[in-house]
Amino acid sequence: MTYDLMTYDLVVIGGGAAGVAGALSAAQRGLRVALIDSGARLGGQYFRHPAVPPHPATSGLDRFVRQTRALSERAELLLGHQVWSVSREPGGDLTVHCVTTPGDGSGERPVEVRGRRLLLATGAHDRPLPFPGWDLPGVLTAGGAQALLKGNGVVAGQRVVVAGTGPFLLPVAAGLAAAGARVLGVHEANGGLGLARHPVLALAKAGEAASYALSLARHRVPYRPRTAVLAAHGGDRLEAVTVARLDRDWNVLSTRRVACDTLATGYGFTPQTDLGVQLGCDTRRDADGSPVLAVDDRQRTGVPGVWAAGEPTGVGGWRLAELEGRLAGLAAADDAGLAAAGESAAREAGAALPEVLVRRRDRMRAFARALLEAYPVKDGWQGWLRDDTLVCRCEEVPLSRLREAQDLGATDARSIKLLARPGMGWCQGRICGYPVACLAGEEPAPPRRPVVQPITLAALAEDLSAEPPTGGPS
Amino acid sequence: MSDVIVVGAGVVGAACAYYAARAGLDVTVVDRGPVAGGTTGAGEGNVLVSDKEPGPELDLALLSNGLWRELAETRGGFEFEPKGGLVVAETGEIQAQLTGLAGKQGVEHRIVAPTALRELEPHLADGLAGGVFYPQDAQVQPMLAAARLLRHGADSYGHGTVRLRLGVTVTGFIRSGDRVTGVRTDKGDLLGGAVVNAAGTWGGEIAALAGAALPVLPRRGFILVTEPLAEPLIRHKVYTAAYVTNVASDSAALETSAVVEGTQAGTVLIGASRERVGFDRTTSVPVLARLAEQAVALFPALRGVRVIRSYCGFRPYCPDHLPVIGADPRAPGLYHACGHEGAGIGLAPATEHLLAQLLTGREPDLDLHPFRPDRFPEEPR
Ligand SMILES: Cc1cc2nc3c(=O)[nH]c(=O)nc-3n(C[C@H](O)[C@H](O)[C@H](O)COP(=O)(O)OP(=O)(O)OC[C@H]3O[C@@H](n4cnc5c(N)ncnc54)[C@H](O)[C@@H]3O)c2cc1C
Ligand SMILES: Cc1cc2nc3c(=O)[nH]c(=O)nc-3n(C[C@H](O)[C@H](O)[C@H](O)COP(=O)(O)OP(=O)(O)OC[C@H]3O[C@@H](n4cnc5c(N)ncnc54)[C@H](O)[C@@H]3O)c2cc1C
Repeated sequence: MTYDLMTYDLVVIGGGAAGVAGALSAAQRGLRVALIDSGARLGGQYFRHPAVPPHPATSGLDRFVRQTRALSERAELLLGHQVWSVSREPGGDLTVHCVTTPGDGSGERPVEVRGRRLLLATGAHDRPLPFPGWDLPGVLTAGGAQALLKGNGVVAGQRVVVAGTGPFLLPVAAGLAAAGARVLGVHEANGGLGLARHPVLALAKAGEAASYALSLARHRVPYRPRTAVLAAHGGDRLEAVTVARLDRDWNVLSTRRVACDTLATGYGFTPQTDLGVQLGCDTRRDADGSPVLAVDDRQRTGVPGVWAAGEPTGVGGWRLAELEGRLAGLAAADDAGLAAAGESAAREAGAALPEVLVRRRDRMRAFARALLEAYPVKDGWQGWLRDDTLVCRCEEVPLSRLREAQDLGATDARSIKLLARPGMGWCQGRICGYPVACLAGEEPAPPRRPVVQPITLAALAEDLSAEPPTGGPS
Repeated sequence: MSDVIVVGAGVVGAACAYYAARAGLDVTVVDRGPVAGGTTGAGEGNVLVSDKEPGPELDLALLSNGLWRELAETRGGFEFEPKGGLVVAETGEIQAQLTGLAGKQGVEHRIVAPTALRELEPHLADGLAGGVFYPQDAQVQPMLAAARLLRHGADSYGHGTVRLRLGVTVTGFIRSGDRVTGVRTDKGDLLGGAVVNAAGTWGGEIAALAGAALPVLPRRGFILVTEPLAEPLIRHKVYTAAYVTNVASDSAALETSAVVEGTQAGTVLIGASRERVGFDRTTSVPVLARLAEQAVALFPALRGVRVIRSYCGFRPYCPDHLPVIGADPRAPGLYHACGHEGAGIGLAPATEHLLAQLLTGREPDLDLHPFRPDRFPEEPR
């Protein structure tokens, strides 16, 4: 057990756009800050694996690199640390339980980090939908494809199909094309808007989206609204996909086969809210039905001392994540200052935050909501499944077993899980939780994951710093 | 109108529906949630005869053990595994106690010398003082067991039928004079010849709706679940002698003991903790850490194995550790089958076999007197 005797003013979980901005603005205000991320480098989903940009250096990346440099001088960076739980100490402090594996071969060990305040900036994860053949090698999530791009050359010459829904399909396709892949098509299941009328063009992101569009046009990548990949085919690995034309509810109108060796697919993102749920933070439904952490205009969750920023409060892209992070960092710094001054009433209300930042955040939040509404997931995808299509890959649960569980009296997603095991494996339902909820006819529930990341029994056994509670009065 | 209304679609209510239908009764099962959504969905599924002192609970467990075997052979579909249980002793003194207990139980067993432990469990730690092996200990997948029993009860009997009403909350009782003649629910009234309270940890609340006090309290337990292992490391249910004393303890404070076993899914389940903290679901890191520590002490080979999840549940605890089974003289027409604490899965078939005998006016195979609902001292008002 490693004891870090320091109690930080703020512990930030997540080193993406939101976490770095939050940690930096709090540290610049004089707070003692620790930032924890499971990755070996800062950057999160967007900046750690930058999609090969149409122009060599995006302004975003430059600024992010400057922020990380400033941050490393002012805060404790705990990289390669996976958080598996957060608990509340009797005195009110929060203990963040992590594991890390030092390079000396000694194996995984637990680390506890203590803070007066916590900022949850844990991002989101890919949301693929199941379809026949989605478990074939060569089928990737959009995020997976982005990570693949990092090791350049892997994709050169490959014949790639991009499918799913949402604006992020564009950077993925553009990145793949720029890296030398032959992108055979971008299949957007929603549509009607077309590239030119893409909502991204209408607002602040115009430059970025336009450059993706240009890049796609330059590489002669067709963008096809109201089409989707229904099935992947191949023996040992992907050889072809079935592409379908869809109606507005995603029912199939016609199909054709396209030979390819890579498929990148994604139907949006699922905000990573599990640590917040663990702490008892309230959730709300985002425009797409996803449970997200409810925050006030100071990025405060309902739990004292806990802030949230970026994707856990609703998917909205890296710019919004960064803004929310800054606001959360400033709000936490205010809170610390007022706490030090003993001004508890003022602390409850909070000092005013910079008006420009607040207004920009609100505008971008509204825009993010509009995007979610423009790219919904329609129920028609359920008709693409066959009885033997795996819904949960970790536990290898086909659709037929889900239906059998329902027939046996499993009336909700949780009891389907208990009877048929989807979501009980490695990913803890991160991948299959959304489709299983849809198939159960409900909106996805806030994830209940007492162990957020896997931890070895040896490391867990060493996490015995705190005395066990002595039991309650009942 | 049914012959019997069963409140609760956990493993106990499911067994009730099954045995009552088999006895020719028409049954309606009501649950506010899905099938197996209560404590049955948070249990481990052991069917144990090894952990009980001689007495009425052991008699019930032995009867139930035979019934589970019969159900597995004739019905199946719930991963029944007659794997056997191994209780291990850390010291010679404890081994002597275990041997003494085994002698009194009259249950099939084999004393295991320290040198023979690894023949049963190759990965056990060094330095253990021996153990006792109980071949009758078995395991079922409790959620599937509940679902399958309900289904079999519904499908198999021409004379008795089972109807399942899920998402229906019982809010009160319908009385005719003193007699219970049905239940009130949020979806309307249901009439029945008899009502069985199989509401597990919430059995006290249901009894209270009929004006009868039943001291069923939640006793929280956490379980750790590991990643699936390619090769099974652990062959039997293995636990330390401390488990037996913890089970029998009256303390509200936290107690833990090592209980380790593999499942058909390849995962290893690690328990067991007991504490009375109401219905608080907050994960307790110290409890999880303690469970891990005890498991790796027993099986050092587990050190590098990863925990991927954990869950907790609330055992339906009665102060004398016995379930409540039988007619309630304070509310004629109301029967109880709840409060099985940490053994409800194991004890469900026998409980309901006996209750079905009672409901059809026959003499139960076992004396139900020790389990009677009015055995608890009235609470001082
Ligand atoms: C393929 C793809 C293309 C995209 N394209 C665009 C685009 O063009 N424009 C745009 O604006 N956005 C785009 N996005 C979205 C963008 O990546 C996110 O909006 C942005 O990364 C959000 O930042 P964040 O800080 O909220 O979260 P993230 O960047 O996801 O950072 C979260 C961090 O938290 C860490 N973490 C999480 N849980 C734990 C834990 N338990 N323990 C330790 N660390 C943890 C993670 O390792 C990660 O580093 C794209 C995303 C994808 C996948
Ligand atoms: C961690 C842990 C491990 C365990 N391991 C084992 C083991 O290995 N072996 C073993 O035998 N036992 C074990 N148990 C104990 C076992 O799980 C319970 O004894 C058993 O599941 C109780 O079953 P039940 O059907 O009585 O209750 P439940 O499964 O809780 O069913 C009661 C049902 O009643 C319903 N209900 C309640 N109130 C109402 C209402 N007003 N209206 C309608 N419906 C209502 C609930 O929704 C619930 O579904 C364990 C328990 C825990 C917590």
